[in-house]
Amino acid sequence: MSSVGDILAGKGICICAGSGGVGKTTVSAAIAAGMAARGLKVCVLTIDPAKRLADSLGLHELGNEAKRMDPELFERHGIEMKGELWAMVLDAKATFDELVARQAPDEESRDRVLGNRIYQQISNALAGSQEYMAMEKLFELHTEGRFDLLVLDTPPTRNALDFLDAPRRLTQFIEGRSLRVFMRPTGLAARVAGRGASVALSVFKRIVGFDLIADLAEFLNAFSGMVDGFQARAKRVNSLLADRRTCFLVVCGPQGEPIDEAVYFHRKLVEAKLPFGGVIVNKVHYPAGRLRGDRVDLLAALAERLGDGNLARRVAENFADYQALAERDARNIERLAIELRTKGVIRVPYLDEDVHDLAGLAEINRYLFASGEERLAIAAGRA
Amino acid sequence: MRGYSHGRRVFLPAPKIARNCPIPDLLDKRLVFVTGKGGVGKTTVAVALGLRAAAAGKRTIVCEVSSQENASRIFDHTEVGFHEVEMEENLWSISIDPDESMREYVLLQLKVRAMRDLLFRSRIFSYLAAATPGLKELVTIGKIWELAQLDRKVKRGRKYDLVIVDAPATGHGIGFLQTPRTFAAIARVGPIHSQAQQLDRLITDHEHTGAAIVALPEEMPVNESAALEHDLRSEVGVAVDRVYMNGLYPERFSREEAGRLAELAEGGDGAVRAAARAALSEHSRARSQRAQLARLRRRTEAPVKTLPFLFEPELGVEAARRLAKGLH
Repeated sequence: MSSVGDILAGKGICICAGSGGVGKTTVSAAIAAGMAARGLKVCVLTIDPAKRLADSLGLHELGNEAKRMDPELFERHGIEMKGELWAMVLDAKATFDELVARQAPDEESRDRVLGNRIYQQISNALAGSQEYMAMEKLFELHTEGRFDLLVLDTPPTRNALDFLDAPRRLTQFIEGRSLRVFMRPTGLAARVAGRGASVALSVFKRIVGFDLIADLAEFLNAFSGMVDGFQARAKRVNSLLADRRTCFLVVCGPQGEPIDEAVYFHRKLVEAKLPFGGVIVNKVHYPAGRLRGDRVDLLAALAERLGDGNLARRVAENFADYQALAERDARNIERLAIELRTKGVIRVPYLDEDVHDLAGLAEINRYLFASGEERLAIAAGRA
Repeated sequence: MRGYSHGRRVFLPAPKIARNCPIPDLLDKRLVFVTGKGGVGKTTVAVALGLRAAAAGKRTIVCEVSSQENASRIFDHTEVGFHEVEMEENLWSISIDPDESMREYVLLQLKVRAMRDLLFRSRIFSYLAAATPGLKELVTIGKIWELAQLDRKVKRGRKYDLVIVDAPATGHGIGFLQTPRTFAAIARVGPIHSQAQQLDRLITDHEHTGAAIVALPEEMPVNESAALEHDLRSEVGVAVDRVYMNGLYPERFSREEAGRLAELAEGGDGAVRAAARAALSEHSRARSQRAQLARLRRRTEAPVKTLPFLFEPELGVEAARRLAKGLH
């Protein structure tokens, strides 16, 4: 069993992907901290850190820029920083605005785009735009070359794969050459392109209301000068994602549904020829020890030791419940390992306390960077 | 376009939910949105609410959005797609696909067949429909509205007493419910303008429409639930009737007992020690969860109700039934 340290050796980018609610943000932060502890200059890009984690890292005052974390904070929790840990909280809208400002030929077209209602909607809400902007920021930081390793915590989308498709969707939307032709007020192009299409357009106008179409037309016109720049950039972003120094880590939980999603996600990565590095299962119930004999023996032993039959019964019940969850997790993880044809499933235990501060992060860090045997030993000691 | 399936399934044994026990007032509404952070158990709670309402004799439909099939999976049913499929007595399920909703909407709008055919065949139409921000969400909400009508627009449409929506996760959820208003503001003329206004009126109708937030007893979900409630109330204007704290561990051991177990966890041997440690873990989790529950209560206005953590390998319909029993 390899550790995250082995998987990420020599990598420049680590993308943590998975569905919401599995602790991806915490795992991403723990990975970045662990790699920085090993001497690298690391930046973690995150979306929405837990408030106390953000507070303890001093993240809440961050704008859309990387900030160095105070190494002392980590040393207090037993993580010695040989390298540097930087962090930034992604602001999708601000990144989009910056991108427009960079691509716009002049100030006037920039302002026209930024002020357009359709743009404001897209930059806030169009499916995938947040994901795309995460990639965009990643690309920007990578190009600057200030860091040895970038760790990206992907946005918690219902469909964890949205971001793979986002650059294509976005450029397709913006590109829309054929659409722009129809948007021109003269209608000449529409006549050239054929009556069917223009009727369709007019029906569409009737359904959604004319103003929307006008806004869309204005947006696309204002954007027209920037399309090529966007496309070229999207292409470079895509090749960066497929680079051999990039590594995707799938983060999931041990229940059936997150495991299914991790399997699906892995398949999509392989199909898209993107470099899969490994899978991290968070919040795993480790088996708390072998139950020798049967429950009756345990109950009797507990009752004898505690001198309290009622308490003994509750302890035994709780143990049985816990064992059932541990068995389920073990079964699901085995299935995951078979589906992914990997032995490198990294498990992080379900900790007694909810992880949202540096102490918890340091705890998770121990599991991520321990070798397989060490992990088992820690778990046995804890459990 | 695929037709509506009205196929009946063989009924499962009647739910073991007492038929005469009072149902939560939330279920007296016509439309309930169940929302919350990803991974908190929204679908299970939506299904549990559906089971409870159906057991009380209400004809209920649970709607999934963005073509999700989580509800049908809970029932161990094949995918239902854009069809109203009966799961149990009085309980139906549908997965709303935005493209199908768009087609249905256009069919209802345009009475002239030639015009609809032209529209569906036209590439520019599908392009525009895909490119218009929020149109997918709008037609999805439109379909939800249609399901909630006593006078259904679709032919042979069944009347429902209650429509329960397994809404998108936080963040996406707010945007989703705001779509009609945003649309009404942008499209100032045309049929969509007045229809979007109508949808917004439905969402903000506190008498008939409500929302339930599902939370988990952990730091982040509690923060997000509090923020979500605020946004739902002030930005969307929907009535938030309940916050469900899901997955709450039982308090099996008192502090004094935990002290006694701590000794056993240090000394003790084999299974006894492991069992004592598992008990201490549970005690510690249950305690930190109570602290999160108190935080949630302090930070939300709506009544907070708790749902137990189910020590079950996978959450199927039986688990939802057990949750349904305890819903209040």
